[in-house]
Amino acid sequence: MKQIPRSQLNQLFAAISEKQKLYLPVDDTTGQSVFTLWEEGMCLSSGLNTIRSAKDAFFPQVENLMGFRVEERQIQLIETRDPAEPFVIFGVRACDVRSFGILDRVFLAEPVDTYYAQRRENCCVISLACGKPAETCFCTAFGIDPAQPEGDVTCWLTEEKLYWQANTEKGESLTAGLPMLENADPAAVEQEKAAIRATVQKLPFGGLDLSAFGQGRTKALFDLPHWKTLSESCLGCGTCTFICPTCQCYDIQEFTGGKTIRRFRCWDSCMYSDFTKMSAGQPRPTQTERFRQRFMHKLVYYPDNNEGIFSCVGCGRCLRKCPIHMNIVKVIKTIGEAAE
Amino acid sequence: MQGVKEKALELLRSGKVDRVLGWKEGEFFYDLTPAVFESEAAAEKDFCYSLFSGANLSKYLISESKKEGKIAVFLKPCDSFSFVQLQKEHRIKRENIYAVGVQCDGMCDAEALREAGCDWLTGVEDGEILTVHTLYGDKAVEKEKALLGKCRSCKSRRIVDYDELIGAQGEDISSHRFDQVAQLEAMTPEERFAFWRGELSRCIRCNACRNVCPACSCEKCVFDNPASGAQNKAIANSFEENLFHIIRAFHVASRCTDCGECSRVCPQKIPLHLLNRKFIKDINELYGPYQAGADLDSKPPLMDFSIQDPEPSIIYSRGGSGK
Repeated sequence: MKQIPRSQLNQLFAAISEKQKLYLPVDDTTGQSVFTLWEEGMCLSSGLNTIRSAKDAFFPQVENLMGFRVEERQIQLIETRDPAEPFVIFGVRACDVRSFGILDRVFLAEPVDTYYAQRRENCCVISLACGKPAETCFCTAFGIDPAQPEGDVTCWLTEEKLYWQANTEKGESLTAGLPMLENADPAAVEQEKAAIRATVQKLPFGGLDLSAFGQGRTKALFDLPHWKTLSESCLGCGTCTFICPTCQCYDIQEFTGGKTIRRFRCWDSCMYSDFTKMSAGQPRPTQTERFRQRFMHKLVYYPDNNEGIFSCVGCGRCLRKCPIHMNIVKVIKTIGEAAE
Repeated sequence: MQGVKEKALELLRSGKVDRVLGWKEGEFFYDLTPAVFESEAAAEKDFCYSLFSGANLSKYLISESKKEGKIAVFLKPCDSFSFVQLQKEHRIKRENIYAVGVQCDGMCDAEALREAGCDWLTGVEDGEILTVHTLYGDKAVEKEKALLGKCRSCKSRRIVDYDELIGAQGEDISSHRFDQVAQLEAMTPEERFAFWRGELSRCIRCNACRNVCPACSCEKCVFDNPASGAQNKAIANSFEENLFHIIRAFHVASRCTDCGECSRVCPQKIPLHLLNRKFIKDINELYGPYQAGADLDSKPPLMDFSIQDPEPSIIYSRGGSGK
């Protein structure tokens, strides 16, 4: 266990930045917290969670996959991949750290997504315990402990100090290059952890009942009439999917410019009318089917394919940002009760 | 706020309407969802009208008014402008709607309460100074600071079209809503360009602004149509991305009532309403004062021709200098 006074965070960030890029939550011009490339003068946001999730670090909204150039009768392939370089992402909350494991099961399964894998391998994740959870948090429902987040390094921020615990080799080696970190008594964070654990006891949805969901529940839930009422006022926008740390669907498209073509991928949303549209048409013709797809994917299909693990981490972003305040908690409660 | 739920129950009980479009109670005190109630019992259980009924229900009438039977809808003054504009565009069936106008003092926003330093919200008590209950104790917040952005520059307390009123009819109010546009006009072109590039750079293309907009009622948006050549899930470059919003503002110009929903729903807090207000201000200055949705008969200036219309040279001569 290491420690550094809060007043010296700037030196710590500067030292990390010297060797690799450092991303951390910083307030933007509207006061919302956003993962930002650190530069001298930037302060760590005091916000609980960033508006966009930390998945952007490994799975950016738009990414070039490759290019083609047609010359004479030859098609030449152009490498457009960003060069691999190590980077650090600091201040990731327990929910977002857990989401990386959920994304890994998709992108690192065979065939491995090398674009994603390259970033995962090059990143050192520094997590931050949640000193002040919000009423919209429900990570504990998924067995996540916001007092002890996973990651290569775990940090705790108290009134005076930042405590720092390396968990992996990657974390140890980063720590070794940061002499400003002083040794600390591991007992120092026990009080902070106890306080966090006492607070999360009061989370209104911390003990959300998920027993109606999980493996093998497709038939029981798919045809419930409640999907229609729940989705009735859904605008069909992509806000929930784009701010969600576990939504991972993308589309592959091409920009064509005469003799050159750029193939890229971009986030897609199952809420959109052309999502997975095929020559035979749209498999989910109305918003009810699209809405059901999103929640069934997180609560049934993903667990079906991943030993019962849910692909929601209870970060609460959709509770805050859905324009009509429909969200996964309301779905879990309504469908859960209906299924009994 | 009194009498709204009672009215919903009465309308369903008496059989005057078959359904009621209103707001449904959430899991917290602030997360109301637009909803249709089909029985008195359902409305009794979940109907809620409160400080957090900010969502404009008018656009839902496009689909709801085409269903069998009669539907009642609750409209705040600003919502009623959208309601009238949709009628003018023949997008809703007025004869299937029973419109209840509800007078309004401004709606609050949980995000604004959080910005005012209230964490872990548990409740709120109305007043000029709100008492906000949180896990960490009570906090006093000026109501003005807790209002939705659109309510801070409310343009009218007048309910344009209704079958019945709850509360008194109000009047148009001068709200300084063009002040910020004037500030932007006073900038140099370079400054203004930098301002919009900065704001629009946050866009994640979730389409919430378009989907909530009562003026955006095309059955298939050109940006969603893979056959259009303009479908654009991704950004070719950041400038093209910016154009999505500018093109949308052009498309709704002279039909936009300034209901402010675009900025309310933006997860990235982009002040999209300022683009629309710039058009409204320009139209006012070039064609004479015009408010979309303020009446059922007038023609939107950009869809009408009169010999008095300004020549293009007048428009060009205004340049970027601001007026």
